[in-house]
Amino acid sequence: MFLIVRKFARDIPAVFGLAIVLLAIILFFFGELLAPYPLDIYESHIERRLQPPSSEYLFGTDNLGRDIFSRVILGTRISLTVSLMVVVLSMLIGVPLGLVAGYFSGWISEVIMRVTDVFLAVPQLILALALAQLFSPSLESAMIALTLTYWPFFTRIVYAETRRLKVSLFVDALQCIGTGTSRILFAHILPNSASPIIVRATIGMGFTILTAAVLGFLGMGATPPQPDWGLAIAESRRYLPDAWWFSTFPGLAIFIAVFGFNLLGDGLRDIVDPRLRRSR
Amino acid sequence: MLKFVLRRCLLVVPVLFGLLVLTFVLIRVAPSDPAAALAGENATVEQIQAIRQQYGFDKPLTTQFVLYIGQVLRGNFGSSVYSNRLVVDDLTLRLPATLELTAAALLLAIVFGVPLGVLAAVAHNSVLDHLLRVFTVGGLAIASFWFAIMMQLLFSMELDWLPLRGRLGIMTDQPPDWTGLYLIDSLIAGRIDIFLDAIRHITLPAITLAFGGMATITRFTRAGVLDILQTDYVTYETAVGYPRWIVISVYVLRNAIVTAVTQIGLLFGALIAGAVVVEYIFDWPGIGSYIVDAILTADYNAVMAVTLLIGVIYALVNIVVDLVHALIDPRVAEQL
Repeated sequence: MFLIVRKFARDIPAVFGLAIVLLAIILFFFGELLAPYPLDIYESHIERRLQPPSSEYLFGTDNLGRDIFSRVILGTRISLTVSLMVVVLSMLIGVPLGLVAGYFSGWISEVIMRVTDVFLAVPQLILALALAQLFSPSLESAMIALTLTYWPFFTRIVYAETRRLKVSLFVDALQCIGTGTSRILFAHILPNSASPIIVRATIGMGFTILTAAVLGFLGMGATPPQPDWGLAIAESRRYLPDAWWFSTFPGLAIFIAVFGFNLLGDGLRDIVDPRLRRSR
Repeated sequence: MLKFVLRRCLLVVPVLFGLLVLTFVLIRVAPSDPAAALAGENATVEQIQAIRQQYGFDKPLTTQFVLYIGQVLRGNFGSSVYSNRLVVDDLTLRLPATLELTAAALLLAIVFGVPLGVLAAVAHNSVLDHLLRVFTVGGLAIASFWFAIMMQLLFSMELDWLPLRGRLGIMTDQPPDWTGLYLIDSLIAGRIDIFLDAIRHITLPAITLAFGGMATITRFTRAGVLDILQTDYVTYETAVGYPRWIVISVYVLRNAIVTAVTQIGLLFGALIAGAVVVEYIFDWPGIGSYIVDAILTADYNAVMAVTLLIGVIYALVNIVVDLVHALIDPRVAEQL
């Protein structure tokens, strides 16, 4: 454990990523206390609309005179909630399916993996868009659409891991002493395949922030006046090129958040996967 | 080899069939009244009734599914509520624009991504390598719609170097419609002016779209080159006394490219998905902006047709990549 921490600490980009993620978590919990104008989620102040960045309004104000800095901070909660929900729900669907498909052979495994193939046969964003249009636009429908299209990634990983572990000696031993199948799967195989799942989940967080932002941008996620980053960029397009700050800062927020999760995921993968570690 | 091609093509059949089931469920089973959804918002009761009979919604689901497959195979996706034309006509008109854009982006991504990847691997663990790593991770972290808007803001609105949107300026003639690819058609017709205008229009969207792909290619090339640098034959070439640049450019690069090429299949999916937002922002008249318009106007037929089409293209690209891979490395063909 200590070795892992030390190895991780030496990986400067990964530590940097961890710092960004921690900052995002702080903003998630204490956004209201840290934002200078926390009420600007709902309140508009037409008299100070579209003001450029200044010491008073660090990122300027938007078309309704709301402080963009505050809205970017408060948007962290939306973004992280969506991506965390999507990743956790996808894991809840994808991981058990992967365990079952990997452990058993025969029709059940075939069915699960072929369904997984179908979902992976179309880029996730397109499938999510096709699904999201069935519901009315809201954060919940965005979450459902993203979850329904993200679980196969977990199934694939867990399937491969389970296939590998199924033939290992300790599983043989467990079978010999008559351990129940569900116990083997969830108490023994699952913990042993935890590392790739964690790596995938970390990268998935960043990935989902991006796709959720696209849904928000296209008007299929958050609804006004929610301080969603993607939605803010969509609203800002009408005020270009004059109000450049209106689109710039929410986009930067997306970039920094995703960058953090990706760097962290990269660092974790290097620790987990010895083959990649060699080539670093 | 022929056996491999056949087997690889057969593997796609269940996936495509699954995709048909999925779109069928989305378009026919999920909406409470698919006929009303299909007819659009302003349809009269008689029109809805006509559609219900035409598509056989009054029949059992299994019969409906068989009918659905029949229609899809005949290329009948119904008409688009948004454009008032047959979806299949819209798609044939718009597909070349998307292909031109993704091909240009792919080219850019390869031309810049491969050398950067080699550079990162050769300068392994140096400052340059770390900088390139930050750059590649960053490239994948940028929201493409935001990047597109920033490019427009800087190069079109502020500097006024490149056009803001579209495939051609309004004053430019359309090139003759031979391939649908403006860059190629204008060259064949010998119209350099159209060609240059098309280049000016494709530059920003192509760069925007290429950015993420370039990051991916850089990463995989770097990993591929590093792997090969550690093989015995490279040690041998070095020991024999070949100059390092010859070892890298002749022996390492050729083998490393194989890894990069096989990533193009994966990359293509990312490019198509990226094209959706990039086309939407640059008003590029391809299938990406088409699906966005279709979604915004709740145009079921169009959305499902594009989803299917992209699934088919994606499957085809993956087959081609596997075949190329098998041609380069015969061991792959044996595994299947």
